[in-house]
Amino acid sequence: MEAMQTRLVFCGDSAVTLQFPQQISQEINRQIRWFCRELESRPVPGIVELVPTYCAVTVHYNPMVLSCEALQGYMKEILSEIELQKDCAAALPQGRLVEIPVVYGGEYGPDLEQLAASHHMTAEEVIRLHAGREYLVYMLGFTPGFPYLGGMDSRIATPRLKVPRTRIPAGSVGIAGEQTGIYPMDSPGGWQLIGRTPLLLFDPNRPGEEFLLQAGDRLRFCPVEPRQFETIRQQGWRKIK
Amino acid sequence: MYSITVLQPGMYTTIQDGGRFGYQRFGVPVAGAMDPFAYRLSNLLAGNPPGAAALELTATGPTLRFEQNVVFALAGADFSAKLDGISLRPNSAHFAPAGSVLSMGGAVGGFRSYLAVYGGLDGQQVMGSRSTYVKAGLGGYQGRPLQKGDRLCLLSPSQGMPTMPAGLPARYLLQENLPECYRNPSTAREAVVRVLLGAQQEYFSKQGLDRFFQESYTVTGESDRMGYRLQGPRVDRAIGMEGNILSDGVAFGSIQIPDNGQPIVMMADRQTTGGYPKLGAVITADLPVMAQLRAGEKLRFLPVTLEQAHKALREQQAFFHSLEETFCAASEPQKREFKILLGAEEYTVEVFSYPQTGEKKGASIG
Repeated sequence: MEAMQTRLVFCGDSAVTLQFPQQISQEINRQIRWFCRELESRPVPGIVELVPTYCAVTVHYNPMVLSCEALQGYMKEILSEIELQKDCAAALPQGRLVEIPVVYGGEYGPDLEQLAASHHMTAEEVIRLHAGREYLVYMLGFTPGFPYLGGMDSRIATPRLKVPRTRIPAGSVGIAGEQTGIYPMDSPGGWQLIGRTPLLLFDPNRPGEEFLLQAGDRLRFCPVEPRQFETIRQQGWRKIK
Repeated sequence: MYSITVLQPGMYTTIQDGGRFGYQRFGVPVAGAMDPFAYRLSNLLAGNPPGAAALELTATGPTLRFEQNVVFALAGADFSAKLDGISLRPNSAHFAPAGSVLSMGGAVGGFRSYLAVYGGLDGQQVMGSRSTYVKAGLGGYQGRPLQKGDRLCLLSPSQGMPTMPAGLPARYLLQENLPECYRNPSTAREAVVRVLLGAQQEYFSKQGLDRFFQESYTVTGESDRMGYRLQGPRVDRAIGMEGNILSDGVAFGSIQIPDNGQPIVMMADRQTTGGYPKLGAVITADLPVMAQLRAGEKLRFLPVTLEQAHKALREQQAFFHSLEETFCAASEPQKREFKILLGAEEYTVEVFSYPQTGEKKGASIG
């Protein structure tokens, strides 16, 4: 692997951010996953938590326990190991593949027909393009459990709604520009809604499994019938398959 | 079994603790106390360990009825608290007998205060924390601010703890015994908040940063637990550094500058990541100063080094340690008994002397 251009910057007096080249790429995402895994495998007292994003990792620490200098030492050590590592991709297990059942169109995806029409496609073609590929979960943020996904077919890229909806039900699958995403909670928003999943991306009542997704997961949307929506919600997706 | 009834909820009263850590990578805001100093002080005064859940009071305090004997402490802004009509000084612990009513007014000399109860408040513990995060309805009291008629529960003091915190009458702090930066500010003066540059500071022009530190900013009405939106001189971008960044991690106190050049200071309910460039962050030791500001008040930023930021935090730690020792030392009061005759009745008066700062005596009549 080539030597990377990284930079350590202060994010306040209790966090440092390691910046990778500022671009969205699978390779940088792998390096970030590698970095987080390595840092977490070392029992360093005073590290509070790590927040991986598109092209940075923020390490929150308690400066009364761990000095910034010592923390940066650990981080640089791992970086030099990454540079020595010939093939980061081979050394790192592939992220989990998570299937997301989606009911497309109708009341579940009220914008599907119009979105398809705007691209001179049928609804089925949009579904085929949307569900026919793997996405990478680059990071989670914005609201609890919200995945920033990469890899959508640019042929179905669609601008946001001019007038945002005041309430979008949890599980809604939408498109905004070049991005596709899933709303973990009821919230207002301007994404064009093409479907909805019965799965809960965030459920505080599932101790230890509060979140369906984590950064580095691969994701695939699976079209299901409207009549399956409630069954999947009640019995889970794995059993239905 | 509930212990406190909410007669009036106050403007925005929530259960908070030190925050919900470990889930920022999943997009879950930390939440927790806005003013970590006053929050910790309230617990210390109440005889609790640092992380016990407390009520965060905002702008106007609640009216509460204690349904059992409770020891509580208030710390932070002065809400003119009265227990059964008797004024209580700010930053002090008190014994409230069952049936007594604690009433409060508007905040003076600050914006928030904490009410800690000995043993700690109960409340829904979600992902390791009782902090209320209202937007997702997580934790605390049904994930929302208190409402009239709510009934709060207390945790009993952990095993081996006495039924009352030691040296209760001496558990108070006078304003002059607080570290200077945490004393209730006079509203006439501008607050000074120290900043450590970093993150995307290269996004801003030298002139923009100079103005940021030279001139003062006003807290706008669009400020809440998530962040403080400020108004003042525009922080200009460096040439060619317009637009947003690819979202990255945000810290408590991070200062974001959107395209309009007006700073947003990220507070307890901040999003975990953000796409606005950040010029740096308010230092941890000064977050309490920030959290006590309200709309219309002015502040000034002062650049400091990492060493200065950590030194200020160590001083804060040292303050708490010495206070803890003082309260421990005060737990063995000198007691003197007097008998007095009032008419035909004989009373015993016990006078306790505490080796403490501030006033030296507390008395109880039995």
